[in-house]
Amino acid sequence: MVRAALITLFLVLGVGAGRADAVEERLADPALEARALEISRSLRCLVCQNQSIADSNADLAQDLRRLVRERVAAGEANEQVIAFMVERYGDFVLLKPPVKPKTYALWFGPAVVFLLGAGALVFYLRRAPARPGREEAPLSEAERRRIEALLHDDGGSS
Amino acid sequence: MAEREWDRSLEGAAQASEEERPRGRAGLRLRYTLPAAIFLALAIGLALGLTRDPGKIPSALIDKPVPEFSLPPVEGREQGLTSDDLRNGEVSLVNVFASWCGPCRIEHPLLMRLAEEGVVPIYGINYKDRPEDARRWLDQMGDPYTRTGADLDGRVGIEWGVYGVPETFVVDRTGRIRYKHIGILTPEGLEETILPLIERLRS
Repeated sequence: MVRAALITLFLVLGVGAGRADAVEERLADPALEARALEISRSLRCLVCQNQSIADSNADLAQDLRRLVRERVAAGEANEQVIAFMVERYGDFVLLKPPVKPKTYALWFGPAVVFLLGAGALVFYLRRAPARPGREEAPLSEAERRRIEALLHDDGGSS
Repeated sequence: MAEREWDRSLEGAAQASEEERPRGRAGLRLRYTLPAAIFLALAIGLALGLTRDPGKIPSALIDKPVPEFSLPPVEGREQGLTSDDLRNGEVSLVNVFASWCGPCRIEHPLLMRLAEEGVVPIYGINYKDRPEDARRWLDQMGDPYTRTGADLDGRVGIEWGVYGVPETFVVDRTGRIRYKHIGILTPEGLEETILPLIERLRS
């Protein structure tokens, strides 16, 4: 059981290590290359849309990866390289949408809807409890006698 | 005999809840209509969202000046394309195309017609094309472009936020990008959006 879980865990973690770039593309300096990879992993390939430019085989992804490496090697900080991309392609190039007024609905919407729903549920449950107070018509004499008879019958038989 | 008594007790119970019902009725209506209304609003919102094309990414350059660039001419031509050409006081179209691009072939006749009718100057950015291929393409299919620039490595395309071919931009007289048409240029796109916009920018 633990073994299966560990194997699954490593397989899942391994997925993130996918790269579409050839070895020749990579920068000589490992620190710079690591930063370039980190940046590339956070940028969306606009052609494939659900992949980062690090993972995508598209031509545009390759061009953008090269551009990222150039700028990193030229001494730009991560934020500058990312800002460069966002200037030209917009927020959608970021795989993780920024948190700004336009995306509040995206980020907070689910939580808000959940809270509203939970609140409505609580409110509803509080207001209409399972009706213990419902007045039942009291048993008439005949009915009471019948119930007693039934109960005694049960006790009496067998 | 016993049955009639059971009936009476049921009646009693029914009567009791009858008395409570008038008060509960207004609340009942709200309880059912409010979630239904919320659901309807959400369903409509999401359905409208489904009609939108996620492949059409809005341009980040709308209302911004064209990027600075200078491109050499396509093989066989003498004039290249620079950002200055787009700031010469005329409204213009900038069309990103390539000989390897199938859809570009489809929109080409429309561009030719626009050029022949002299509606608006069209400038071409030849995106990541081989020089001989581009020249052959223009020679064979016709050249609607006032000027064409050869963007061999696609870097100028990146400056324009190009992520696919073809794309067509409307540039105003001061060299600001005002609209980006993604994909094949269509008569509807022209009539409904681009031509009216050009009219407005000229007035």
